[in-house]
Amino acid sequence: MSNALPPRLQAIVDEFAEVDRTERLDLLLEYSRDLPDLPERLQGVELERVHECQTPLFVQTELEGDAVHLFFAAPDEAPTSKGFAGIIHAGLDGCTVDEILSTPSDFASGMGLADVVSPLRMRSVGAILARVKRQLMERTAS
Amino acid sequence: MTLSADTDAKLQSYAHPARLVTTQWLEDNLATPGLVVLESNEDVLLFHTGHIPGAQKIDWHLDLNDPTTRDYISPEGFAAMCAARGISRDTTVVIYGDNFNWWASYALWVFSLFGHEDVRLVDGGRAKWVAEGRAMTTDVEPVTPSEYPIVPRDDATIRAFKEDVLAHIGNGPLVDVRSPGEYSGELLHMPDYPQEGAQRGGHVPTAKSVPWKRAANDDGSFKSADELRAIYGDEQGLQDGDEVITYCRIGERSSHTWFVLTHLLGFENVRNYDGSWVEWGNAVRVPIEKPSA
Repeated sequence: MSNALPPRLQAIVDEFAEVDRTERLDLLLEYSRDLPDLPERLQGVELERVHECQTPLFVQTELEGDAVHLFFAAPDEAPTSKGFAGIIHAGLDGCTVDEILSTPSDFASGMGLADVVSPLRMRSVGAILARVKRQLMERTAS
Repeated sequence: MTLSADTDAKLQSYAHPARLVTTQWLEDNLATPGLVVLESNEDVLLFHTGHIPGAQKIDWHLDLNDPTTRDYISPEGFAAMCAARGISRDTTVVIYGDNFNWWASYALWVFSLFGHEDVRLVDGGRAKWVAEGRAMTTDVEPVTPSEYPIVPRDDATIRAFKEDVLAHIGNGPLVDVRSPGEYSGELLHMPDYPQEGAQRGGHVPTAKSVPWKRAANDDGSFKSADELRAIYGDEQGLQDGDEVITYCRIGERSSHTWFVLTHLLGFENVRNYDGSWVEWGNAVRVPIEKPSA
């Protein structure tokens, strides 16, 4: 297992690390706004809830050939969860299973977000990734 | 310089009507000098998606809790936090928030630890303001810092510690405001909030279960004084003069009930045990009642 992040995710981590506190929150808000809506075919389907997030967030993974696709749903009143999901979507959607499985769950620790979001809330980022990984392991084991 | 109280009829039925304002009063008074409006949310980004014009953000993790010790900010920290928001000792502070005003109640309770005289909640919080189609903005207006004195934090009058709760068992009412599953011990955490769990489930012996939400209407506002008296008085048997301790999991839902008992019903000796189940359920050798055990 390599500890290098997939390039798009690494770029996002660097992007956060390079800006100041206020801009970090703005960036997180942008990722929350850019999170794609659930496609129609998944609406009404029961998705896995990320219980570790303080506000509701649901996640679903799909495989298309070698590429993993990530789908998230969260209410607009939960922008923090949406922002975390948006980062993971922008950084990892389209990666291979191996790339995602070898992404360290603490990848967000270098983003400087704990200062503006609080360390407790940052745990949800790792939890989202952990649930994504678990779904992928179940998918590839069967 | 404090603002005059909201004279809305519903509020007058409460014990301390000046502790609440309606969304209408707030809208009418947004430009009144001497007012600072604070938004206190569970979601740390929600404020940035839009807030009441002129409101400032206060976050329980980042602004009210000490970053190192599991405690509240110091008198110096509180003074600096207020000064940065343009709050003076005589400012009218009005707080609202998401999720039924949980964290708004919590913030109000912390302001009360420091004896800030005029601090009020918006009945119905953020949800009611939004549902009524009132103005929201993402603009953040510049704040002129004020001076705020360094005042001691009073941890005795409205705050209870684990030792206080131990001594209270059998000597006064304890109100457990968590969900029924948490009270019975089937759940170690609030449904859907496992990250703040505890080693053991159940409740403090003798505590009565009165979930916080019984005090709230669906639109986020508080129930009427008569409805609240029926719950906490007639049904639960709380009486004037009782010394009451409320608790939940980390102290936010119990500040909601603390507000109800203290300011809406007028009980004079209500303390919030902010350590709550996250402390009790992890503490060694404290008694726990669990029906199934």
